[in-house]
Amino acid sequence: MAATLPNVLVTTDWVAQHATDAGVRVVEVDVDTTAYEQGHVPGAVGWNWTTQLCDTLVRDIVPVNKLEELLGASGIDNKSAIVLYGDNNNWFAAWAFWQLKIYGHEDVRIMDGGRKKWLAEGRDLSTETPKLAKTTYQAKTADTSLRAFLPEVQSASAGKKAALVDVRSPQEFTGEILAPPGLPETCQRGGHIPGAKSIPWGKNCNEDGTFKSFDDLKAMYAAQGITGEAPVIAYCRIGERSSLTWFVMKHLLGFENVKNYDGSWTEWGNLVGAPVEK
Amino acid sequence: MFSACCSVFAFVMHMKPEDYSRRQQELAGWQVTVETYKLGNVYHCTIANVDPGARFARADGSTRDEAESRAIEKATRYLQQTRKFPV
Repeated sequence: MAATLPNVLVTTDWVAQHATDAGVRVVEVDVDTTAYEQGHVPGAVGWNWTTQLCDTLVRDIVPVNKLEELLGASGIDNKSAIVLYGDNNNWFAAWAFWQLKIYGHEDVRIMDGGRKKWLAEGRDLSTETPKLAKTTYQAKTADTSLRAFLPEVQSASAGKKAALVDVRSPQEFTGEILAPPGLPETCQRGGHIPGAKSIPWGKNCNEDGTFKSFDDLKAMYAAQGITGEAPVIAYCRIGERSSLTWFVMKHLLGFENVKNYDGSWTEWGNLVGAPVEK
Repeated sequence: MFSACCSVFAFVMHMKPEDYSRRQQELAGWQVTVETYKLGNVYHCTIANVDPGARFARADGSTRDEAESRAIEKATRYLQQTRKFPV
């Protein structure tokens, strides 16, 4: 297993000092798409995950041409350092990170602690949207090794070919609830994919929103038999919480073969005839 | 509290969040986190479920009480729609 790769995390202090440096672009991505308007890191641009980080016609990640347009409009070129942060301890920042890695952007980082830590520290906020010079961005061919599709997940579940990690809450895992409290139900059946282990995403984080240490994370996953020696597939409800767990396993723990199943429970839990465990 | 900051984004006004608070309480039988701060003249309140921690209701107001009561009203309405199934 590789050592921790700290170049993918930056502190709130670092962002306060470098947010407007040439070659650095800070981007806020939130579950609550209005959060950016409630004040954001000065100089940060805001991306809306419901319209800009997905295909709005078919269910899929953002198409390459839309990603190139988004990055170009955000003043990002292929050499830019993109620093992502957001609410909910960086759920959708991790979602954006995962997609940027699929499309081969080299320098992507996450602000440790996200919006929660920035606010709690009483740091400057701005309600201004920065005016940015457009760039031309050229994405690389999508790296599908970072993404699991249904057939691979079915095979993993049936043949134990990869460890399945369910990062939803214990109540979602058992089927007691079909969606996180207060959010719309998006599946027909509750429960989990047969053979999956329950390791809720929140266990990756400290109370202040920062990620736990390499040693703590390594021990937590090892206790569940997840060591990085075998392939791992993480899933949740729509793939954003599991992108955070994917980030932890791939980039903080250095596991080689980790995939995010973004179909997640909204796919499996609606699939006719799919086996379900409770 | 306002401070002007010169940067590549000339003369953008930056503000510091004031009167920040974060607490947990129960709403409609669910534990939630209520986070409130003032930015400029507006109080922003956001409510997230504790597990898994998703923001699902927010509101603004000219006072803390106004922002929080509006957000809590919305949150309660949404939480009442969450069904529990026997396991």
